[in-house]
Amino acid sequence: MKILLVGESREGKLLETTWELFGYAAKAGADPVLFLVGDPAKPPECGAKMLIADVMKAGEYDPDLHKRLILDAAAAEGVGQVVFCHSSYGWDLAPRVAVGLDAAQVSEVIGIVGDDAVMAFEVGACNAKMRRTIKPATARVVVTIQGGAFPVAKPEGKPSVTALAADVAKRVEFLGYEPAEKKDVDLAKAEIIVSAGRGIGKKDNVPVIEALAKALGGELGASRPVVDAGWVEQSHQVGTTGQTVSPKLYVACGISGAIQHLAGMKKSEFILAINKDKDAPIGEVADVLVVADVLQFVPALTAKLG
Amino acid sequence: MKLLVCVKQVADLESRFKPNAAGIWYDEADVAFRMNEYDEYAVEEAVRLKEKLGGEPDLTVLSIGPERVGEVIKKALAMGCDRGVHVLDPDSSSKDPSQIASIIAAFAKDKGFDLVFTGMQSQDRGSAQVGLMVAERLGIAGLSTVVAFEMSDGVVRAKRELEGGIKAKVRFATPALVTCQMGLNVPRYPTLPNIMKAKKKELLVVPVAGLLSEAAKATTAKFYAPARKGGGIVLEGDVADLVERTVAILKEKTGVLR
Repeated sequence: MKILLVGESREGKLLETTWELFGYAAKAGADPVLFLVGDPAKPPECGAKMLIADVMKAGEYDPDLHKRLILDAAAAEGVGQVVFCHSSYGWDLAPRVAVGLDAAQVSEVIGIVGDDAVMAFEVGACNAKMRRTIKPATARVVVTIQGGAFPVAKPEGKPSVTALAADVAKRVEFLGYEPAEKKDVDLAKAEIIVSAGRGIGKKDNVPVIEALAKALGGELGASRPVVDAGWVEQSHQVGTTGQTVSPKLYVACGISGAIQHLAGMKKSEFILAINKDKDAPIGEVADVLVVADVLQFVPALTAKLG
Repeated sequence: MKLLVCVKQVADLESRFKPNAAGIWYDEADVAFRMNEYDEYAVEEAVRLKEKLGGEPDLTVLSIGPERVGEVIKKALAMGCDRGVHVLDPDSSSKDPSQIASIIAAFAKDKGFDLVFTGMQSQDRGSAQVGLMVAERLGIAGLSTVVAFEMSDGVVRAKRELEGGIKAKVRFATPALVTCQMGLNVPRYPTLPNIMKAKKKELLVVPVAGLLSEAAKATTAKFYAPARKGGGIVLEGDVADLVERTVAILKEKTGVLR
């Protein structure tokens, strides 16, 4: 089966996650064709068949036009699947393409179940606490893959490029990128990070977590809900939309372990999690899970260390 | 001006999930339900837009599901929506995103909504498909993962959240649909007087049969708990004892405790 992989670029640079799509293709035993909006004259160095639309004309974000280009590419190549990364680019385009193809979409796939003839997909459910196996009923399928679920597999060799163009009425005008807020802490360099999650209950309890960070000589981190609630500054956020960290010790206090958070800290050398829910997904990556009330355990640990 | 906000009722994710008899979704016994968190941002943004425009827009909240879904519609009405539509479907959990989108589009297609708000995804399935599929089916512009929204003179300026804290700035005209990301605003809690007022608001119950004409494009074959990878130690007991054991492990396994 031929499949179309949709690569991703940001500010002129191809994102490394694009190579995970080839890892997926290998697992699926499929024959991949790469679609990109980029520079047809300067394709990425790899031995893949590529269809490239000129970014000077198509822009990096123009959902209606990119959808049209992908549908054209899928039709020209006669593909059985169109595969995206489950990212802000991929999840924005995949449903549009699925409607265009009248195809099933399966989101954030972490594994393939079965073979080519009866392909089914493994996905997470209920904030990664559970799993689902999904069976598409349509001949063609649109897939988005979870970051890190499939190996990086950059094909060796020389690219073979076909240029692609399309024209549609523009409905959404892309006005440019706004850079990330300046970081007053560089968590990427920290050896110890102690992070607060929603389980701390309220803003008034942030100092409890800060005290442990201080006792350990580490930095304060936070999960997204804590930042969104305004309890901790965004510059402390760990996860997909915050910072990706790999300290020697990561302490997760009252963090359930949403996929977006785990993606930002699971490479830490040692993970200590404190959570009153024994089944919290953070337990999947923790070296030690302490089942306790954060507000009782953390001050006691801080006192012991001090 | 007409506004639509779509909300989903989901299980509280603190719940313990076990597969139902059919093994394709969770058993609803002992599960508490609430409004999907992303949808709370969608309701809040729609209500803020209505307030900003002097209360002139007519704001409809729609939800699909069994009887219990009435609760989230009432909450949205108490937050400031004008009227509720309950698409009654005892079996909504077996519908795929494409069917859910087709139901919403069938309801909305001849109503002339200028703006449709949805959450960017649901907390229980997280497929992030329904909103944009509704936009495609209605033939209107769709924008996902919105963290900033401002409208004047029929033109919307919004920001999409990308990875690493970067945002993409966009501009588009109505009619359009936006899917709302967490952090877009701070959703309000309904006040008691507004909860009382909500009880008098119009709530239309529509059977799903009249709006659904498509088969599922995908089905759930199995719902199950992931195999625990193991390796991690789980410590339980009283706090003083837990502290002792934790410190001992940190001293042994990490080089960071002096």
